Amino acid sequence: MTLQVELVSPEGILFEGEADMVIARTVGGGDIAFLTGHVSFVGTLAAGLVKILQPGNQSQLIATHRGFVSVSHDRVSILSDVAELSATIDVARAEAAKARAEEELRAHSDDDEARASLRRAEVRLQAARG
Amino acid sequence: MPGAQERILRRRINSVKATKKITRAMELIAASRVVRAQQRANAARPYARQITKVIEDLAASGASVDHPLLRDAGEVRKVAYVVLTSDRGLAGAYNTSVIRATERELHANQLAGVDYELITVGRKAAAYFRFRNYRLAASYEGISDKPTYENAREVAEFITNLFHSGGVDKVILAYTEFISIASQKVTVRTFLPLVPEETIAEVGSATAVAAYEFEPSPEAVLAALLPRYVEARLFAALLDAAASEHANRQRAMKSATDNAEDMIVRLGRQLNRARQDAITTEIMEIVAGAEGLKGNQGDDEDLLLDRLDPIHLFPQHQEQQHSAPGHV
Repeated sequence: MTLQVELVSPEGILFEGEADMVIARTVGGGDIAFLTGHVSFVGTLAAGLVKILQPGNQSQLIATHRGFVSVSHDRVSILSDVAELSATIDVARAEAAKARAEEELRAHSDDDEARASLRRAEVRLQAARG
Repeated sequence: MPGAQERILRRRINSVKATKKITRAMELIAASRVVRAQQRANAARPYARQITKVIEDLAASGASVDHPLLRDAGEVRKVAYVVLTSDRGLAGAYNTSVIRATERELHANQLAGVDYELITVGRKAAAYFRFRNYRLAASYEGISDKPTYENAREVAEFITNLFHSGGVDKVILAYTEFISIASQKVTVRTFLPLVPEETIAEVGSATAVAAYEFEPSPEAVLAALLPRYVEARLFAALLDAAASEHANRQRAMKSATDNAEDMIVRLGRQLNRARQDAITTEIMEIVAGAEGLKGNQGDDEDLLLDRLDPIHLFPQHQEQQHSAPGHV
């Protein structure tokens, strides 16, 4: 038995396939792992990594910055309007964004926007590096 | 002077041909864009469906469905109109029909004493309403051709803020729904508040009964979900409008190309007639000249021209019979 996973963004379905386990980070709940037979669940995703462990020791890493995860009857749907598969992440750009955000934060330490973009860049880099 | 008319006609034919080339190119471009816009609209559907499903699940598990976006104000004192048009023209009646529908709605409400806010997407609506001295709360340009989710988010955020704190009790969205390539329909409908029956439709299905666990809480999930739902709906409308725009432009450019073709044929006929007239006139002049010379030289029988009576050569020019000097 495996999980049916789909990652859906408004621009289209980014990923669709089977998985043994899905790990996501939810708001307030920390990391949560889903296996087959998990109780029906809806959660709000925090900026973080979603890890999809596929059969045969493969895995997909996805950087999501917000969204939802919905689980029912061994179907996992990840809804996110800002999601990137690790394979499509531009590391150089993410690093530049990170440097820029750090710069901003040094100038104004209370800049929430800069903090958010720093977090996004870090998540992206984490996903890209596995 | 013979040939003057010919020259004018030739120039016109060339200019119509050039125009035809342009309209034909625009038709082909629009045709390929319709397909792409349709694909994007289809690609956006799973997301909207999933979001709707989660909201349904929430409702089914008995979460209290109470949120500012769902609250009906009761008495409506101010309505915000969101008009989706294109940046560029040459799309037939695409822009005017949406604008007209909005203006009609706005006037009807104004007569009932309801104030308005206008949010325009696309240069055409902005130009129209600005020219007529309407107040524009916001206008977005450069996104209607190929809207991204980012654009939808920006507009949705503005609208939602107006709804939350701008004294707006209702938001009406006017856009062109894309039904098929041959049929698009102007749609004016309530965008906010979200209608619970519409959002939480058909809960009855068996799968929805399952008890859900919500993280952090049903209310928090709903609060996070509804703004995304609004964005997704606006995004879908933007994509529909874009597809409709390209379909309308394709149709307008197709009829323009057809018209140009007709016109070239018509002008070609006129040109031929003018050329024939010019040739006839020229022959007449030669014959007249020869006739004059004959009078001087005497010998009738020698001149071949005597047997060339223009009336026999050009029976369609009977009307010139009387003035024809060849017939003595």
